[in-house]
Amino acid sequence: MILYALRRLVYLVPVAFGVSLLVFALVHLAPGDAISAIVPPDAPQEVVDKLRAYYGFDKPLPVQYFRWLVVTLSGDFGTSIGTGRPVSEEVGGAFLNTIVLAIAACIVAFTLAIILGTAAGYAKSRIVDRLVTSIALTGISVPNYWLAIVLVIIFSVELGWLPPMGLGPESATGWRLDFAHLRYMVLPTIALSMIPLGVMTRTVRSTIKEILSSEFVTALQAKGMNDRQILLHVLKNAAPTCLAVMGLQAGNLIGGSILIETVFSWPGTGFLLNSAIFRRDLPILQGTTLVLSFFFMMLNLTVDMIQTMVDPRIKRG
Amino acid sequence: MSNLLSVKDLHVTFRTPDRTVHAVNGVSFDVKRGETLGILGESGSGKSVTLRSILKLHPEHRTKWSGSITLEGDEILTMTGRDLANLRGNRVSMIFQEPATAFDPVFTIGQQISETVRRHTGKSHADSMKRAKELLELVRIPSPATRLNAYPHEMSGGMRQRAMIALALSCNPSLLLADEPTTALDATVQIQVLLLIRELQRELDLGVIFVTHDIGVAVEVSDRVGVMYAGKLVELASVEQMVDTPKHPYSRGLLASTVHDGMRGQRLEAIPGAPPDLAEVPAACSFAPRCKFVEPKCLASPPPLNSVGDSHLVRCVVAA
Repeated sequence: MILYALRRLVYLVPVAFGVSLLVFALVHLAPGDAISAIVPPDAPQEVVDKLRAYYGFDKPLPVQYFRWLVVTLSGDFGTSIGTGRPVSEEVGGAFLNTIVLAIAACIVAFTLAIILGTAAGYAKSRIVDRLVTSIALTGISVPNYWLAIVLVIIFSVELGWLPPMGLGPESATGWRLDFAHLRYMVLPTIALSMIPLGVMTRTVRSTIKEILSSEFVTALQAKGMNDRQILLHVLKNAAPTCLAVMGLQAGNLIGGSILIETVFSWPGTGFLLNSAIFRRDLPILQGTTLVLSFFFMMLNLTVDMIQTMVDPRIKRG
Repeated sequence: MSNLLSVKDLHVTFRTPDRTVHAVNGVSFDVKRGETLGILGESGSGKSVTLRSILKLHPEHRTKWSGSITLEGDEILTMTGRDLANLRGNRVSMIFQEPATAFDPVFTIGQQISETVRRHTGKSHADSMKRAKELLELVRIPSPATRLNAYPHEMSGGMRQRAMIALALSCNPSLLLADEPTTALDATVQIQVLLLIRELQRELDLGVIFVTHDIGVAVEVSDRVGVMYAGKLVELASVEQMVDTPKHPYSRGLLASTVHDGMRGQRLEAIPGAPPDLAEVPAACSFAPRCKFVEPKCLASPPPLNSVGDSHLVRCVVAA
């Protein structure tokens, strides 16, 4: 198993290079110029050229790529053009904030989805099944940024129970685990968990329904297993499919929701990406995209590993 | 010898919002300890439904049972919940048609046998695993200790069916239900599994009900054979009687439509027509529309089961 994990890790190296090339190319192929975004329109040409040379933008693209790759590999992601602070600092902080929110949303969404989906999958009455299916459909269909605004109007503006924006009191930029910070998380977490909740509920429901109709469940009944013991069998069978979808959903959340983070002014990667795009802040864009891609790759690997552990039919080849 | 299982006037009806199906319409038979009863019939004749009713394996909310099924004097049809679960896999167990789908794919064979042992005997994990290994030896699976850790997909079809038999025998049942256990297997493996079942049945003095659509298989394993048609037993007799002097036109048709030695060049007989729709309880002999010997009295009322000799029953007014 450990050997298999190591081998999979090695396979990731070429993928990582591909990703880095793609990230670099996409950012440089996009229209717009970082330098013209930070200098005043009437700046003399020498200043612009000097800045261009300072950031290395005067070199040919392949040279820029390798320079960028070498310094990135050494852990230096460069300096933000917009703020002048190191990219690693900016991205690191934003990444942690996003992770915190994503984990909270995952916990809420997946827990509810497993409960609701299992209940609907088992439901003999059509009412329960229909109810859960409509909840799931609502979760998928309602635009989450709209829901976010509605939540803010109800719970912050009208009722005044929860803060409408930011991640902590007194314009805090770092997340901490205490009651004051947790209060700021409630609304973004709810808004962010809606789509994964809907998708996962549907997945769990259909997977459980399919498994319950299989012959081995009848065979388990025929050997005298009680409902709780049969449920364990059903859940273990449902796990591989559900884990795969969970991995994808978690990946989406880690990517940061630009919309949700913008509505709540949550200083995460989505928020950071959004402002970096507007400012043509190439180092930030590259750094964030790269970190996110790597995280996504690791997440996929983790899901694959768990699937392999749960489902013996997947070959460890 | 007293009866191990006694089925009396069993009716099984399935109700869905769209339609009602009268799958079994008054089936009665007995099984003694150490005896094998073969139930023969084509698809939709109600043979599997009858068999599964003995464990009440049909979805409770859609199935209506009536009549009586008693095992050693205990009524099964009124059992629910814990009583039923204590019976299943313990006193009565079942072998399924497709061992590939009847095992849970994500648990090892050892886990699946030992959990049954633990469920009914309360043995420890180690003891139940030891029992599972003994059982794999009993059904002659080579290197049983390694096979305990194998997953179902890592075994061949024949091996899986042996494991299924081991699982069924894990708690020393008195009655074994076999639902076409050899249909999904290769011809050569089929014979091995049949011989194994017959041998274990004698060794352990089991009552066996063996459901099949294959006359050859039924004759091979059974002491007595019942032929089912449209949810009813149309003939019940010993194997010898059934082979030598089948009385019911349907049984005769079935026996005539099988291929055996010395038939080269002869025309193979087939039964014309198809079995009836079971949406309604039949008002006449169900086989009459396909019968060569049909008479007006066949259509007047459903024929009763008549005795035509030493424990040989036939549901036909023409043959009796």
